[in-house]
Amino acid sequence: MDSHTSEPIASPHHAVAAAPVTHAPPPSQTNADDDGDRAYLALPDRPLIRIESEEMGVQFAFSDLWSYRELLYFLTWRDIKVRYRQTALGAAWAIIQPLATMLLFTLIFNRLAGFDTGRVPYPLFAYTGLLIWTFFSNAVTNGTNSLINNTNLITKVYFPRAFIPAAAVAAGLVDLTIASLILVGLVAYYGITPTWSIALVPVFLLLSMLLALAVGMLISALTVKYRDLRHALPFLIQSWMLASPVIYPANRVPGGWRHLLALNPLTGIIEGFRAALFGGEFDPVATLVGVTVTLALLAGSFYLFRRIEDTFADII
Amino acid sequence: MKPIVTIENVSKRYRLGGLHPGYLTFRGMISGALGRVAFKRREDDEEGAAGESRRDFWALRDINLDVGPGELIGIIGQNGAGKSTLLKILSRVTKPTTGRVAMYGRVGSLLEVGTGFHAELSGRENVFLSGAILGMRRAEIARKFDEIVAFSELEKFIDTPVKRYSSGMYVRLAFSVAAHLEPEILIMDEVLAVGDAAFQQKCLDKMHAIRQHGRTIFFVSHSMPAVTRLCRRVILLHEGRIVSEGEPQAVVNDYLSASWNIAAVREWLNGTDAPGNDVVRLARVRVLDASGAPSTAFDIRRPVRVEITYDVLAGGHVLTPHVEFHNEDDVYAFSSHDTGEEWRRTPRAPGRYSSVITIPGNTLSEGTLRAQVSVMSHVPRTILHAQARNVVAFQVIDSQQGDSARGDYIGPIPGVVRPLLAWETRLDGDNAATRPPGQ
Repeated sequence: MDSHTSEPIASPHHAVAAAPVTHAPPPSQTNADDDGDRAYLALPDRPLIRIESEEMGVQFAFSDLWSYRELLYFLTWRDIKVRYRQTALGAAWAIIQPLATMLLFTLIFNRLAGFDTGRVPYPLFAYTGLLIWTFFSNAVTNGTNSLINNTNLITKVYFPRAFIPAAAVAAGLVDLTIASLILVGLVAYYGITPTWSIALVPVFLLLSMLLALAVGMLISALTVKYRDLRHALPFLIQSWMLASPVIYPANRVPGGWRHLLALNPLTGIIEGFRAALFGGEFDPVATLVGVTVTLALLAGSFYLFRRIEDTFADII
Repeated sequence: MKPIVTIENVSKRYRLGGLHPGYLTFRGMISGALGRVAFKRREDDEEGAAGESRRDFWALRDINLDVGPGELIGIIGQNGAGKSTLLKILSRVTKPTTGRVAMYGRVGSLLEVGTGFHAELSGRENVFLSGAILGMRRAEIARKFDEIVAFSELEKFIDTPVKRYSSGMYVRLAFSVAAHLEPEILIMDEVLAVGDAAFQQKCLDKMHAIRQHGRTIFFVSHSMPAVTRLCRRVILLHEGRIVSEGEPQAVVNDYLSASWNIAAVREWLNGTDAPGNDVVRLARVRVLDASGAPSTAFDIRRPVRVEITYDVLAGGHVLTPHVEFHNEDDVYAFSSHDTGEEWRRTPRAPGRYSSVITIPGNTLSEGTLRAQVSVMSHVPRTILHAQARNVVAFQVIDSQQGDSARGDYIGPIPGVVRPLLAWETRLDGDNAATRPPGQ
């Protein structure tokens, strides 16, 4: 132990620039250490975890998504639990929000502007649009902020980061379910008889979830790098609502604009949802566009997310 | 033995300055782009032939390390040495820029206390949430739930939101969850630096138990006593590289001498550099063991001697050598000056003198002490002739043999001194005498 103290002033760092100083292990045990009864683990032949450098590019560890699946449940559960903590009305907000908006829109667009929605009463028409829209916009908004709100997790522990925006979207399903129960009541109240097409309702709900996930993941990942998006988001969401047939029927839109409207995947989803529910006619083009754009966006945003996921902890 | 963790050539580069400041805005991008155009020439010059931007910062450089199963490996170094970056790479929070790591086991990381805790949720809910985030299965948490709560001693408050907890309660619950993780490889950052002494002791015991199950622990700490007590092997990081590795005490000594640039011996060969005035000039300061050999590491039971050698240049002064000691937390531990009869009131003749102070064994607390030496006059008035701060340092190493002030207790003992004092306990009567009447 005295050997390295013989050189006074000079620190060992100056003496050895490249190779580290190596000190032999102690001959006798100076620490309270009882190796005797220690059970050694049998090591697997191949590493369970390989950490590759940034140079190796993007790896898609789909098995990780599966092995961490319980965490998705817990993050969703947390988001649901926390959402209505210390609110007087709690989950009633899930009903109040779309219902109040429906009444407001009915007053303005139906009574004052005189929108005609055919055989479906306007309040029901507006509510179906708002059901999807409220879920979608909340999911995108919560998803966008989710990564930044979970900075402490991202910088401290590993898990598939995609679960954070995914949980934010999934947490909205509770509100969606509650709001759907009101819809069932409204359908009964207006005496609408469902046809076979009601079986397609879950398909369109699923599409709206996938679209929300795709957009939420995409914007949340970009927000980590460009915080501007947080400020742009309210405007983006507002514009998107106006560009979707939430408060007006798509067939009221004049010809040329209607094709443009169909490029918006939400058009096919919302109109399809209504058609399935009320037994109306499906617009094949809008539906096809809705499905294709949603799936393409999901694949694209998952790829992009995965590509920049590894750098989140460094730049957030 | 086959290693459980293999780290090969791992380096991590961070970009500093305008390129990736971590918080980009479009405006920043635009002004950055304009700036690059306007100052292109100058920046090219700055980057130079090496092709490496001056904004690059290598937090880690060429780390190679094999760690065997059951090892508790300590990682020490100054702030910014790369300790946290290494832990982040091992925890997969961030990726290395180059190199690779292979791990033959599951990894659990504790880079902070209370990872995943949410203030609005109750203690019970947080146990599940935090457990899941740290990598436990739901069934596993449910199985260990009672044990976790019992460990935290928070049974009464388990359904209270943690935002109503005191910071001590919060930490206890958080550590209790973490302590019940069962990965093969555990990565810990300073988690022990929390809680009261009794709880710290529980945590230390838990770490021992974890290790006895053959699990591997990476342990970053600033507490040298904890590192020397717990680890069998320590690596010292400095500016992103491993500069020293091996036996804990030797590595800790390297760290101490590097961080303060001081060792057991300080010598001024050139008289003009030496601290002093026209009367006294310091020549050498040494920390010596009982046999007179310089040393930086002392068994807590053995004496420590500090020797001050100085040249008296002008005769006729009454001189008092003086030493003061500070510990690693910068606490002023104690000081001492020469009160011996021989020179106390006797003016010195010119010449070289050596004064030695002996600190008896079983006096100091474990840890590091730095010495500041001076030579002064008190008569007729106080004059400071020569002074040198942080000239030498040494480490006091605890003993667990049972014959120190520690006795059979193995937990942390606070305080700057730890004298072995005489205790007498006598029996003042049998129980019959103290029993209340009527029983």
